[in-house]
Amino acid sequence: MATKVVMPQLGESVVEGTVTQWLFQEGERVKEYEPLLEVNTDKVDTEIPSPTEGVLLKIVVPAGTTVRAGSVLAWIGEAGEDIPESDSSAVEPKPAPQEDVAFGEATRPMAATPPRPRRELGFISPVVAHLAQEHNVDLSQVRGSGMGGRITKRDVLNFSEERRTQSPPPAASPPGAPLESPAWETPGEGDLFRPTEMMFGEAKQPKTTPPQPPATERVIPLTPVRKAIADHMLLSKRTSAHVTTVMEADLQAVTQHLAAHKPVYARDNVRLTYTAYFVAAAVEALKEYRIFNASLTEKGLLLHPTVNIGVAVSLGEDGLIVPIIRHAEAISLLGLARAIADLAQRARNRQLKPEEVQGGTFSITNHGVGRSLFATPIINQPQCAILGVGVIQKRAVVIHDAIAIRPMVYLSLTFDHRIIDGAIADGFLAKVVERLENWR
Amino acid sequence: MPEMTLIEAIRTAMDEELGRDTSVFIVGEDVGQRGGVFRATQGLFEKYGAERVIDSPLAELSIVGVGIGAALYGMRPICEIQFADFIHPAFNQIVNEAAKMCYRSNGQWTVPMVIRAPYGGGISGGLYHSQSVEAFFAHVPGLKVIIPSNPYDAKGLLKAAVRDPNPVLFFEPKKGYRLIRGEVPEEEYTVPIGPARISRSGRDLSVFAYGMMHHYALQAAERLAEEDIQVEVVDLRTLYPVDKATILTSVHKTGKALIVYEDNLTGGYGAEIAAILAGEAFTDLDAPVQRLAGPDVPGVPFSHPLQEWFMPNPDKIAEAMRNLAAY
Repeated sequence: MATKVVMPQLGESVVEGTVTQWLFQEGERVKEYEPLLEVNTDKVDTEIPSPTEGVLLKIVVPAGTTVRAGSVLAWIGEAGEDIPESDSSAVEPKPAPQEDVAFGEATRPMAATPPRPRRELGFISPVVAHLAQEHNVDLSQVRGSGMGGRITKRDVLNFSEERRTQSPPPAASPPGAPLESPAWETPGEGDLFRPTEMMFGEAKQPKTTPPQPPATERVIPLTPVRKAIADHMLLSKRTSAHVTTVMEADLQAVTQHLAAHKPVYARDNVRLTYTAYFVAAAVEALKEYRIFNASLTEKGLLLHPTVNIGVAVSLGEDGLIVPIIRHAEAISLLGLARAIADLAQRARNRQLKPEEVQGGTFSITNHGVGRSLFATPIINQPQCAILGVGVIQKRAVVIHDAIAIRPMVYLSLTFDHRIIDGAIADGFLAKVVERLENWR
Repeated sequence: MPEMTLIEAIRTAMDEELGRDTSVFIVGEDVGQRGGVFRATQGLFEKYGAERVIDSPLAELSIVGVGIGAALYGMRPICEIQFADFIHPAFNQIVNEAAKMCYRSNGQWTVPMVIRAPYGGGISGGLYHSQSVEAFFAHVPGLKVIIPSNPYDAKGLLKAAVRDPNPVLFFEPKKGYRLIRGEVPEEEYTVPIGPARISRSGRDLSVFAYGMMHHYALQAAERLAEEDIQVEVVDLRTLYPVDKATILTSVHKTGKALIVYEDNLTGGYGAEIAAILAGEAFTDLDAPVQRLAGPDVPGVPFSHPLQEWFMPNPDKIAEAMRNLAAY
């Protein structure tokens, strides 16, 4: 039986991708794991390996076409083999529960997904249709408790609630069409840095022409990405008890260190920036205050063994992305500067791998880029805090009863008051400030 | 807080308004010396005199016409129509004069008048003492239509109606006059015209009702709670203008709606609620919108078994709730 090649979901909130290039022609033989095609999404560019060995029977989605995650891209099988008629459409309409996907993890090959026969759903009321779309529920999996086995509103809500409590919530999916995506492609919670994505929509507006006020009211349908962001923002606000505390740091020592070491690092082809110092200071504080490198789970507080810091990187008009610096606790300032420069460079070139934007345990947002003094960032779930860095400005400050001009910055720490109390948060933030002010 | 009946609350409201404002007066059939056929004005003739509690001829057209004229001269009449069934001779005065006065004079003239009328069946009144007439008037912009379901609202809404600058029709569920009791505070208060009230919160279905049917809907909802069906009951209170927000919010929560009214089904007031839900809550609906109302026969029959057949009651409402919950 022929095997299908499916558009994977390359990161949370990424629901579609564009086929940029096929590396094989129809009729050519391809080996298992061999790069088969290149795809491009809003977040990353990547190659998709062949799920199996065989002949590329049919390319369903030609290069240059954008399709939703879960869509069938191609069929691989033995020469002359038939392709299942009903499954050759670009978008796969059949429900495919995860247990049917023989794809356990990234290193295992993708196998054919046996289509499950569609169950007679009976009458679908307006609210059931609406909720199924909103909660991304495949109605064929919902047991109906209404008259004649009809699926009721409560059935959908119960199903959605059970799924939410049993497994991490699935990424956003396009309306109506239940899509399949291999289990390994389902990203975990909290991989993207939501506050920065808030700017995503606006950032694409051309800057030269000021927006004209529309003559009449009109509705702009939310894109799946926008909807996912909206959901995640609200989820975070609903989940955590957000409190923000702000402190001021004198960056005199950091500025001097930066000026002295920038040329040295440049010899190693590493561009040293303030960001490396903020990351390093945050890592120091995280080592001392382990509770900030944790997630609240039903069983209790989950302390993460490693410090994985997400740092926002601007993509210009295309918005922002938050690559993760893994094992930041074991990296020197040089290493951090190198990692930041490397991730930033590849982020701008859309070369990040999906795993490089997943698994963060603490986030830093540099809202000072936009001249913001301080902010109240939203926590990136399931993390428990986020550090906002304001604009660095020379200000008159009093030192030993004399007025001095110093490069100053406001640091805003938003923390989850369910886990962390104010005094501890202030201790953490004071530690960051102390580290920055006494940089040697 | 003293407990009183619906009729006592209405009488107290009129007593207080007569005492508060000398421009307030009552006019109607038998409202003076006799104190009204339902005793709504009992004692007021003795307290405020024949010039402020006026016995009228048996001519509803003139009761309302007098009220409109007095209102245009700065008075605040409370017109009593002895039974809502007899309001029809005054229809022209209400619809063509009172309702349109403010609009056609570009706001220069208003008619601050209240028309009180007992309505509804279930009291063996037969064809001419059982009618529900709210749908006729809840169709007319320029009028406000109120139907209270309990003594607290009756007093507060009637006082608000007396103080309103425009004509208000105040229909009283006469079956509940002495049947429905409730606490009414002694201190001054009014209930705003407009907002509906969620009288019982529930997750499974919403029931919209007013007057006596609201009273029955609450009883039915209590029974269903024993069957683990949680019914949300909304007392509409003001029929026109209607409180859409409360209605839509409730159905957004429950997904199911039952509207109960004792008027004839076709073109009855509940049809408007059903239309609002069809138009503005379509994607919230998990079941067809249901109406439980009187059958389409020319009147509430006098024969007791036939009257029972006509009138919605807690049994019928509970059955309709059960069916809707099971959908």
